[in-house]
Amino acid sequence: MSAALSAQLLDALCGGILLTAVLTLWRRDLAAIVSLLAIQGALIAGLALLLGITESSVELCLAALGVAVLKAGVLPAILRRVLADSGEVRETAPLVNVTASLLAAAALTLLAYVLSGPLVALAPSAATRALPVGIAVVLLGFFMLVTRRRALSQVIGFLLLDNGITTAAFLATSGVPLVVELGVSLDVLLVVLVLQIVAARMRTAFGSTDLDGLDGLRD
Amino acid sequence: MSLLMVQGVLPHGALPDRGLTAMCVLLVPVVVPALAAALAAAFGWRRSVAWAAVGASSAVLSAGIVAAVATVDGSSLAVGGLLRADALTAVMLLVIGGVSVIATWASVGYINGELLTQKTTSSGARRYAILVPLFISTMAGTVLAANLGVMWAGIEATTIVTAFLVGHHGGRRAVEATWKYVIICSVGIALAYLGTVLVYYASQHAGGADGIKGTLDWTTLVAHADRLDPGVMRIAVVLLVLGFGTKVGLVPLHSWLPDAHSEAPAPVSALMSGVLLSVAGYALLRYRVIAAVALDPGFIRTLLLVVGIGSVAFAASMMIAQRDYKRLLAYSSMEHMGLVAIGMAVGTPLAIAALLLHVLGHGLAKAVLFCASGQVLEITGTTRMDGVRGLLTRRPVLAGLFALGFAALLGLPPFSLFGSELALARATAGAGLSWVVGVSLLLLLVVFIAIARPVADMLFGPHDGAERGGIGERDARTGAATAAMQPAASVVPLVLGLVALVVIGVAAPLDGLLQSAAAIVGTR
Repeated sequence: MSAALSAQLLDALCGGILLTAVLTLWRRDLAAIVSLLAIQGALIAGLALLLGITESSVELCLAALGVAVLKAGVLPAILRRVLADSGEVRETAPLVNVTASLLAAAALTLLAYVLSGPLVALAPSAATRALPVGIAVVLLGFFMLVTRRRALSQVIGFLLLDNGITTAAFLATSGVPLVVELGVSLDVLLVVLVLQIVAARMRTAFGSTDLDGLDGLRD
Repeated sequence: MSLLMVQGVLPHGALPDRGLTAMCVLLVPVVVPALAAALAAAFGWRRSVAWAAVGASSAVLSAGIVAAVATVDGSSLAVGGLLRADALTAVMLLVIGGVSVIATWASVGYINGELLTQKTTSSGARRYAILVPLFISTMAGTVLAANLGVMWAGIEATTIVTAFLVGHHGGRRAVEATWKYVIICSVGIALAYLGTVLVYYASQHAGGADGIKGTLDWTTLVAHADRLDPGVMRIAVVLLVLGFGTKVGLVPLHSWLPDAHSEAPAPVSALMSGVLLSVAGYALLRYRVIAAVALDPGFIRTLLLVVGIGSVAFAASMMIAQRDYKRLLAYSSMEHMGLVAIGMAVGTPLAIAALLLHVLGHGLAKAVLFCASGQVLEITGTTRMDGVRGLLTRRPVLAGLFALGFAALLGLPPFSLFGSELALARATAGAGLSWVVGVSLLLLLVVFIAIARPVADMLFGPHDGAERGGIGERDARTGAATAAMQPAASVVPLVLGLVALVVIGVAAPLDGLLQSAAAIVGTR
């Protein structure tokens, strides 16, 4: 594969990752958001595969396979099951409305470009120049986490944040050592499983997963 | 690194075979508690299983003592590239082991009491018996990790393992505490992971003829820290302080702490407050050395001072009008971790030795206090301080332990926190930060009053008739359960904890070890 083509592919994939992140803020339908997350997972796996091919690294290709299974398969499947169990299909009352969310997304993306200046400067290349995309997805995930009121939306925000970090890790370092990568993936999977169980308990205890109900503990 | 590996395998010092010692020290603290968890998974909650957990904790403590003897000269033990123990690890193993012995021992009476009063089911007790040793194992694994990525994974694993321990009691409050705990800590730790990735990125481009080509091995990173790119490291360090700071309970991502600590079962609160916070602090300590060399040392100092003083101030403000004694203890943990962060900010060997002693003393004192408060809750049925009166006349032994625990926590002599707080103040003033000492002392005075007044009321205050009726009824119902456990299973571990605090405070047996540890992560 020629360098120009792989650089173009890389940019396209990163654009797709950023776009899916912004779209999750736009959509209110939780099932659609989960699908977007799965697409984003597949794009990240594609990114890892592309880097693996250009650097002809078997380890990276294996990591790409792992990412595809986890982020495009297993995690969305768990989220869909939570969704089916809860019967809540829409994020009813986000703290910030869609227009403001999209404006915030634009501002956060700009912020990501400003913040990642020193990161790109260390080793400018096609991959590291796309680093701000990873940072932007982290910020968008954080934004979703603090502005949404449904338990599932918060889990999605956390996964978005994690996707951003994974993207940044692949772009900056072509993947952290495999043992660390494995530990991270296992941790994310377990966190989501734990949250799934806690959300089920929340429904039993509160009757819904509206986090406004969480006000029993205060000083 | 290779030099240290050779050192680690060669026979050395007073111990006969250093390779064998290394295997024991590095594997026992992780494997033995995991075996105790497997035992619990197979047999459920039984007397023997509960004592196996105490045995496993003692094994961790013993491994800590062996590690201390082997590394007191400043050397280190290593197995493969993933596990490593130096004097700092040995101190942390002692903290983990010491607090675990108290907490698992107190768990025997605690869970038996809950089963008797039907506050938990046999499956709840089994889950508890599995998760507590696993929790200890993951913490031991975290401090033994040679690789910063593995250390990160260990800290995240503690969140997963403890999630259902926080939610042990079920009901709305426990669910709420669990949700906040898992979400906030996972996000914090995710930020720390981004920081870890950036450190790895910086190490890939550290250049030089003997370039280090991408590593997360702590020893290698420290040796080459001056070559890491400052621009990248600055962002990484902010993320790491923010991320691991979440788990330490430092501002601004601290809001999970009071909820989780007040909802968790008492022995689990003891473990979380006494050790888990400091294990996350240990991660910061390891990164601080790298940051101090890679960046202008003032950067990490300012950062840690801001979160440290911020945490002490916030905790003090929340303790002033606190009505719940478990939350009071939780905020007190935040205050002490703030002091530890200030000690880290100072960063001289004297300050590091003082903060490590403080971590040990705080761990033991909190273990005693949380376990004692669990028994107070069992007797009175309330966590409100104004619901507990005249404890000293009703339960003299328990009240005595409770009072001594608070005396230790407030830094009164002869307990070790007196010495460590004094040493911290001296080290801070010595580094030219006298204003920090002034501010901290003022805040500590507020904390002292905020704790001493309500606790004195709990111990000595008269309890009125109406309330007595309620408590009398509860006493009759639970009295049999607690009275049966009182002598061995609930008093002895607390007494042991207090004795350890006095011994460490008076005889100072750990000074050599603390100095070796401080030499490893301290900077002038």
